[in-house]
Amino acid sequence: MKNTWPLWEVFIRSKNGLHHKHVGSLHAVDAEMAIENSRDVYTRRSEGISIWVVPSTEVHASNPNEKGSLFDPADDKIYRHPTFYNVPDEVENM
Amino acid sequence: MSREELEAEFQSKIDAEQRIEPQDWMPEAYRKTLIRQISQHAHSEIVGMLPEGNWITRAPNMRRKMALLAKVQDEAGHGLYLYSAAETLGMSREKMVEDLLSGKAKYSSIFNYPTLTWADMGAIGWLVDGAAIANQVPLCRASYGPYARAMVRVCKEESFHQRQGFDVICTLSKGTPEQKAMAQDALDRWWWPAIMMFGPNDDESPNSARSMKWKIKRFSNDQLRQEFIDMTVPQAELIGLTIPDPDLKWNEGKGQYDFGEINWDEFFNVIKGNGPCNKARLKARNDAHNNGAWVREAAVAYAEKRTNRKNTAKAS
Repeated sequence: MKNTWPLWEVFIRSKNGLHHKHVGSLHAVDAEMAIENSRDVYTRRSEGISIWVVPSTEVHASNPNEKGSLFDPADDKIYRHPTFYNVPDEVENM
Repeated sequence: MSREELEAEFQSKIDAEQRIEPQDWMPEAYRKTLIRQISQHAHSEIVGMLPEGNWITRAPNMRRKMALLAKVQDEAGHGLYLYSAAETLGMSREKMVEDLLSGKAKYSSIFNYPTLTWADMGAIGWLVDGAAIANQVPLCRASYGPYARAMVRVCKEESFHQRQGFDVICTLSKGTPEQKAMAQDALDRWWWPAIMMFGPNDDESPNSARSMKWKIKRFSNDQLRQEFIDMTVPQAELIGLTIPDPDLKWNEGKGQYDFGEINWDEFFNVIKGNGPCNKARLKARNDAHNNGAWVREAAVAYAEKRTNRKNTAKAS
């Protein structure tokens, strides 16, 4: 803590109605300072109306080596997509 | 998977224009190349604040002062985007700062030249930022995700910098004869260092081919340099300034400008640390770091106090 301030991941909502989106990271002593610094680093041109900061150590990620077993189950379920179904030509909008 | 298989998978991802993300497997040399390139780039942004910082207090009016200040603040921001991109590769911020301060790490040679007059603010924005943009736009498609994303932000802001500089040089060149002479003098001093920014000629640039294969680099040094020259010469003509290169001539057959021999001895000499301002730049960074130590300590002390206060409030 003395020498290296913790790393924070920064998420910004650009306007109401949109998700907060990850924009990058920065170092700060605490959450309050992380928000203030994020304002200066990531929103100098009105890019945001709301900021989330999360300690990087609190982000738990899926393991890229297990990408296969994790995501494969969705690959063979084409019936989950609307294009799987035939719609008679007479039906114009569906 | 064997090392060969991992490498083949890595390269096929890159060939298919997929991005590499921090958790993905990557060859050690790819990681090292990126750490070196991104941290050098970050250092360049940070040191790049110094030549312009020199003129903030002496800007000719309030509007230009505010614009210059905003530009220098952007450069600090660019440095931070890039440091955090380098950190995703497992390099610590502390180590990067340490390497810059000790002189071990390199940064763009251009910032080792002095800013002697206000016109230099124009020449830097127009030429140095112009060259930087030519270099950086292709980096928005670099194969490493966090680097590419940082570069998208940098490039968006960089075009304000170039226009701000061109506006300064344009205004001076339309001013009094003294002002025009000042603009010409700035162009005379910055032209050659600016075109050196693209790096050595292709046949002298041993790592280029590998970086191109990894899609960190998209165009060669000479390609980018030529593109920049072709774009900039007409701009100089438009504002009535003369590029200080007697060999500069439009080549009808090639559809591009021929230009004179670059003084590579000067380039390598400045890289080695013998440019006009290398020592001053490093001293300024070290002074800023040392003189700012109390601010960092105070921030930590204040955060601790705030946490303690919150805990006491919770307990009572």
